[in-house]
Parts: sequence; structure tokens; C-alpha cells
Amino acid sequence: MNYIQVKNISKSYSDIDALNNLSMDIDSGILFGILGPNGAGKSTLIKILATLVEPDTGEVFVNNINLKKNPRKIRELIGYVAQDIALDKILTGRELLDFQSDLYHMKKQDKYERIKKLINQLEMNDWIDRKCGTYSGGMKRRIDLAAGLLHLPKVLILDEPTVGLDIESRNIIWQLLKDLKNDGMTIILSSHYLDEIDKLADSLVIIDDGKVIAKGKPSLLKRQLGGDRVTLKVREFSTQEESKKICEILSSIDGISQIIINKAQGYSINFVIEKDKDILTKLKVELAFSKFEIFSLTQSQPSLDDVYLQATGKTLLDAEISMTGKRDLKKESKQSMR
Amino acid sequence: MELKQYNLNFLFQETFALTKRLFIQLQRRPSTLLAGILQPIIWLFLFGALFSKAPEGFLPGVESYGNFLGAGLIVFTAFSGALNSGLPLMFDREFGFLNRLLVAPLASRLSIVLSSFFYITILSFLQSIVIMIVSYILGYGWPDFYGLGIVFTTLVLLVLFVTSISLCLAFVLPGHIELIALIFVINLPLLFASTALAPISFMPNWLGWLASLNPLTFAIEPIRIAYTQTMNLELVALHAPYGDLTCKSCISILFSLTVFSLIIIRPLLNRKLN
Repeated sequence: MNYIQVKNISKSYSDIDALNNLSMDIDSGILFGILGPNGAGKSTLIKILATLVEPDTGEVFVNNINLKKNPRKIRELIGYVAQDIALDKILTGRELLDFQSDLYHMKKQDKYERIKKLINQLEMNDWIDRKCGTYSGGMKRRIDLAAGLLHLPKVLILDEPTVGLDIESRNIIWQLLKDLKNDGMTIILSSHYLDEIDKLADSLVIIDDGKVIAKGKPSLLKRQLGGDRVTLKVREFSTQEESKKICEILSSIDGISQIIINKAQGYSINFVIEKDKDILTKLKVELAFSKFEIFSLTQSQPSLDDVYLQATGKTLLDAEISMTGKRDLKKESKQSMR
Repeated sequence: MELKQYNLNFLFQETFALTKRLFIQLQRRPSTLLAGILQPIIWLFLFGALFSKAPEGFLPGVESYGNFLGAGLIVFTAFSGALNSGLPLMFDREFGFLNRLLVAPLASRLSIVLSSFFYITILSFLQSIVIMIVSYILGYGWPDFYGLGIVFTTLVLLVLFVTSISLCLAFVLPGHIELIALIFVINLPLLFASTALAPISFMPNWLGWLASLNPLTFAIEPIRIAYTQTMNLELVALHAPYGDLTCKSCISILFSLTVFSLIIIRPLLNRKLN
């Protein structure tokens, strides 16, 4: 059953199209991943789902409630953990949770019990009565997560929750998310960490340039790529012409498909080989015949990065690097300020 | 704002929580409170001393300059506090804490504004009471019971008026640097262009006009009457270039300005908070 429906939403910030006619459906009780490089539009999508930003066009429904028409009802259903953790440095963690529970109109007894439970669950006993200004990144993230969970939301929305966290905090958060999902909560998790989404998500969308470029179960998306992924380099930095010649050779070999030239990685060549066939031996013979030496040849199981590569012609890392310096984070922050 | 839907209990709970947060901040960082009290007290001492040897009859109807100055400083204290009331909201905007409030199912986002009003009103009252007590100790008098009512009514109106403007600026300006700069520019000129430090009769014509149009003057003069005479709303409080104004007129003008400012800022708050 589709608990959340996102229909053709678009959002622009002055000259930047953050989301472009994006649609997706999310079932209830699953952990849904939103994967994409920085600047792909993940945070804008998350903010729309959290009722912080209104889409320019399109509609969003949560439990058949129209987000635009009844945002307050939606807010009762959701818990939101933002990418940038905003805590009041002067308050202690306990005071912050107490404050937050009043914003959700919790009854006195309920809120104390709930706060106590979350403190234990997120292992915050040792420092919960210290001021938030003294917390480390991991502590801040845990208290922020607790604040998002106080009112037992039906949907928990997390925007890059483990960025910059230590391994201990990351594991605690991952375990908590698994437990919450097992308890029936719908979790929406945006991340640009492949392993995080791969490990946790039941279903996902991959976003690039404000559009959905792939959606489905991680295992299915990877399986759709066919066999193993191979990356071939005949030199550390090849030329485009050289790569094209190699592509022609590869195309002639039976069992090789989805050949892509990866310009960002020195015109290396990515392709898929069918399993259980000795294709690589044949490849080596053909390359030697055409007087090409192999600089490197790696074979791996398909990953979500390969799904992204297949759809965009670049890896997530390349996309991240290409975005570096292009984004004016200060301007974006001002634009998203109320 | 979802005024039609809100539940009063929920509105009370969230407004109380938001106000409590501001008071916890004040308790743990009391420098704002102390500075807000110390500055006018220092002025009271210094200005009081500056004009202590002024000839008799220097200020008609007033025993001493300190007696005259007290009303101005009470209003200035409340005014400064209210003008700064937008700062916590601006910081919440800048650091993303406002988003925490906006994703919560608040009965009405009016509670965010209400909490600022409550906080600044209580803070201004506390500061004003301390200044009134110091003035009394220095021999500058104490209003009668009716006069006290006028003092606090006037302060509430002024605080509401200035707080609404400050909250509006907190949403309109891009950051706290700009807000602080604007507060810096507005604060002292408005004080000097009012009757806080000198009566209109001492001022050049153009400044007299400015002072008699300055909202601070409409707050200062009824309080001054409360300090210097037996309170009567029909007493003339302000000899303005455009005519005499009674205490009642001054308070009515202040009330109108407050209502007007609240009406003006409402669409902006609706747009920013919804």
C-alpha cells in the first residue's frame, strides 16, 4: 500500500531547478532510501515531505492527506531529523526533549516516560543533563533523532543522518532505524553513502539533477544490471579515441554489454559481463591482438554505484567532485531560510 | 495562521514551552537583563548629576531633573528590550532552530510570536521595576496606585508596538548582523528625538516636531505625569507644536499605533510562518 505519494513535484530556487517533475511512491512500514550526490535535490525533496518547503507544482499525499491542504495533519504523522542539527546550546538535552514534547502536545506522564525510554534506547544517560552546546557531533545527532521520535511518528524522515559521525554513533543509529522499521514505522532516509542505503533500505530512488533516474529494491536494481561489473583501463589516462577503439573491440565480444566510457576516471571503460562465461580470457586475447596492454582490470558484483553509473555515465564520487565548488552553500542556506 | 482550528489548551502548552525556553536562556545568560538594568541606572546617575545645579524653575512643574528623567529612562529601557526582541527569532532562523518549531504540529504558529511578546513584556516590567525602585531611592518619587496602572499599561502598549516591528524585521532582514546594525541606528536617535531627556520647549522647532511625533514621547509623557502629579487622564501631558495632548490622547495614539503595527505585520507573519 502506498502510504506516501509524490506526484510530479517541481521546485526552483531563483535560477536553480532543485526538483524537476519528480514522482515516487513509498509503502508503509519500510525503510525507503533516497540516494544521490550532493546537489541532486535530496534535501529539497525531504524538506517538502517535512512540510518546510512548498513545491512550486505537483502534489504530495501522506496517508491520503494532501500535504498542501492540511500540513498540520501531516506534521502530526511525521518526525523530522534535519541534515544540519539545530539545537539550543543553552538547554540541556533533557530540557530540549521536554520542550519538543510540549510542541507535540504530549501529556505530562507520557512525555516523561517517552523521554526516559529514548534516553536508554539511544544510550544518552551519561550526558543528557549536560548543555547541548557541549555535545559532540554524534551526541547532537542522537539527541536530534530522539527529538524526532518523541511523539512516536508514523513516518520518520531523516536527511543525511550519519554524515560526519563516528562509527559508534553510526551503528547505534543504524540499529535504531532497523528496530523502528521492525516496529512498523515508515522511514525515509536520504543519503549519499552507498553502503548505508544498500545495507538499510528496502526500496529506494536514485535522484540526479532533480529527477528520479532509478527506483526499486536495491537487490532488484543491481540484478537488472545483469552480470558482474568490470572496469578496464589500458593506460592510467587514456584518450577518448583510444577508448572508442576499445569499445568497438568489446562490442564484438559475445557476453559483454552496457559499455560506458567513464571520462571522469581517465576514459576508463565500464561494462557488464555475463556470469559463468570465460569472457575475460577472450577479452585479453582480443586486446593483445589489437596491440593494447591492460593497465588495470577489476571485476566486482554490481553495486548501487553501478546503477547510478549506468543511468548517468558517471559514478557518485565523480558527481560529488563535479559539484564541488559549483554550489553556493551560503546562498542556498539563505534561500531556504524562512 | 490556523486561528480557526487551534485548540486553546494546545496553544497554551506550546506558548508556555516557547516562553519557558526564552527564560531558561535568560537565566543562564543574564547579561542582557543586567545590561538592560545597568545602562539606564548609570544614565540616571550621570544625567541626574549633570543637571543637578540647574537653576530653580529650570523644568516647570518638576522638582528635579532626576524626577523628570525617570519616566524617560523607564520607557527607554522597555523600548530597548522590545527592539531587541527579534534577535532570538533571528538566531533561530539562522541556525535552523525555527525549522524545529515549524515541523511541529503547533495549534497555531501565533504561539511563536506570542511567546516573544510575553517574554519581552515580563522582562521589561522587571527592568522597569528595578529602575523605578532606584529612582525612588534617589528621591525621584513613586507614582500613586492609579499612576502605576498607567505606567504599566503604557509599557505594555509600547512593548507590543516595538516587539511587533522587531519581529517583523527579524523575518525581513537577511541576518543578525543587519538586525543589530539597524537596532544600533534606531535606538539612540529615537531616544534623543523624544522628550526622554528634555522637554519640547527646550528643542529647536524641527526637533520639537520630531519629538512630538515620536511614539516614545506618547509613552513617556503619561508616565511623567504619573510621576509628577496626581494621575488624571484628562491632564495635559504634551505641549506639542500641533496642540496640547492629554494623557488619554497620548495613550490612545500609542494604542492605535500598536493595533496598526499588529495589523501590518500579520500578513508578513502569515507568509513567513505558513
